[in-house]
Amino acid sequence: MILDDFLVRAALAGLGVAVAAAPLGSFVVWRRMAYFGDATAHAAMLGVAIALAFSMSVFAGALAMSLIMATTVSTLSGRGFAMDTLLGVLAHSALAFGLVAVSLLSGVRIDLMAYLFGDILAVSRSDLAVIWGGAALVLGLLTWRWQALLTSTLSPDLAYSAGIDPRREQLVLTLALAVVVAVAIKVVGVLLIAAMLIVPAAAARPLATTPERMAVTATLLAAAAALGGLYLSFRLDTPTGPTIVCVAALIFAATALVGGVRR
Amino acid sequence: MPLIETRGLTIGFGRSTVLHDVNMSLERGEIVTIVGPNGSGKSTLLRAIIGALRPTGGRIIRAPGLRIGYVPQKLHIDPTLPLTVTRFLGLPRRHPAADLRAALEQAGLPDLPDRQMADLSGGQFQRVLLARALLEKPDLLILDEATQGLDQPGSAAFYRRIEEVRQEMGCAVLMVSHELHVVMSASDRVICLNGHVCCEGRPEVVAQAEEYRAIFGTGTQGALALYRHDHDHGHDHDGHDHPHSHEAAE
Repeated sequence: MILDDFLVRAALAGLGVAVAAAPLGSFVVWRRMAYFGDATAHAAMLGVAIALAFSMSVFAGALAMSLIMATTVSTLSGRGFAMDTLLGVLAHSALAFGLVAVSLLSGVRIDLMAYLFGDILAVSRSDLAVIWGGAALVLGLLTWRWQALLTSTLSPDLAYSAGIDPRREQLVLTLALAVVVAVAIKVVGVLLIAAMLIVPAAAARPLATTPERMAVTATLLAAAAALGGLYLSFRLDTPTGPTIVCVAALIFAATALVGGVRR
Repeated sequence: MPLIETRGLTIGFGRSTVLHDVNMSLERGEIVTIVGPNGSGKSTLLRAIIGALRPTGGRIIRAPGLRIGYVPQKLHIDPTLPLTVTRFLGLPRRHPAADLRAALEQAGLPDLPDRQMADLSGGQFQRVLLARALLEKPDLLILDEATQGLDQPGSAAFYRRIEEVRQEMGCAVLMVSHELHVVMSASDRVICLNGHVCCEGRPEVVAQAEEYRAIFGTGTQGALALYRHDHDHGHDHDGHDHPHSHEAAE
């Protein structure tokens, strides 16, 4: 069967992450939550360590830890903390604690690089099911709440006046973010998840005139980056996750130039 | 039953109290303007009414099913968010294309449906904000200093438009304004706010009221008024005194 080919599985995994990360990434960009995505992704490392220590599913551990971090940050953000400092502290300490915890695990020989930079070529069928299940969940959430999310992003006061609670919408994004982080670990690793959120969305900005077009364009660009990165890493024998992000960055540079010329 | 009513509304941030024991109500079809010096809690009151601020004391009672159209003081659109006029009008709810065309026509912007919101002039932006609020077919239209940044003829035209809207749609209007001369002619009722309701009533009555004059002086019918006042008058509720002075240029 076609899924027996590891390259096909890798391509499907990359597409799954692109489809989930790019539309959510548009909101991350619009709401200036880039650092927020970073903190959530880095916290996942601690989740991985805990999962390995208790022989649980790595996906569940990463999801739980991301959810805790995302909720914490989301709650604190409403209370007037100096957010960039706080996020910097939380993001990097979560990552450091995660790395230390993993190294303390006795008896388990773990390839740390696989979690830091992803291991897309080792994606199994059940990984694929998790990735596409997560992608479907995120897309479903975003589609269902789209209008309310967009109104809250534009202005919390406009949302309140229309009977929308922006704090609830923030929670939807928080949940979606944790899911994306958990499913993307295997593909790009904790260090580069935020790049998959932000770079395609930023690359789509100069090409789009409406929020919807930006989200769709970001998804197409992310898919192109995933497939192009996979191909290049295979040809050049480079790590796949970083190669995907490199291709995304080149696409960003290209659309930024096009946008600059048009202006 | 009033559209909206506040009873003993108190709102504070941290240790400071911005609004104190505010009682007011709004009937269907009325145009009410809130006036008051800077920092008197005008915007805070509006934001509490739309539900964006939780009262620290007292209650806000909304008529069941009340639809509010809100025109904010200003709206910052992040440069990373692409947004055409048409798309903006479809928030929070999408509307049929014919309604959107009619709204743009009504707002005097029939040829700008695909223009980016960021590229509009101040006056065009304000008219789009108003059109969006009206598309919701509100029972209550709330405007927070909606004419800020418009020149005199522009803001006069804007308020004429508000009166037409009231006549066409029968909605009540609650607005905050600094432009006292406009307020005097365009409102059914004026509420003079300074942390609490100083006085309220028909514009000509309020203009004569001692509390109002204490804040705005007597010669404010003109377009330009510089007012300075010392607020040391006591009010009968709680007998709280608050000596302070303001200076503001209109």
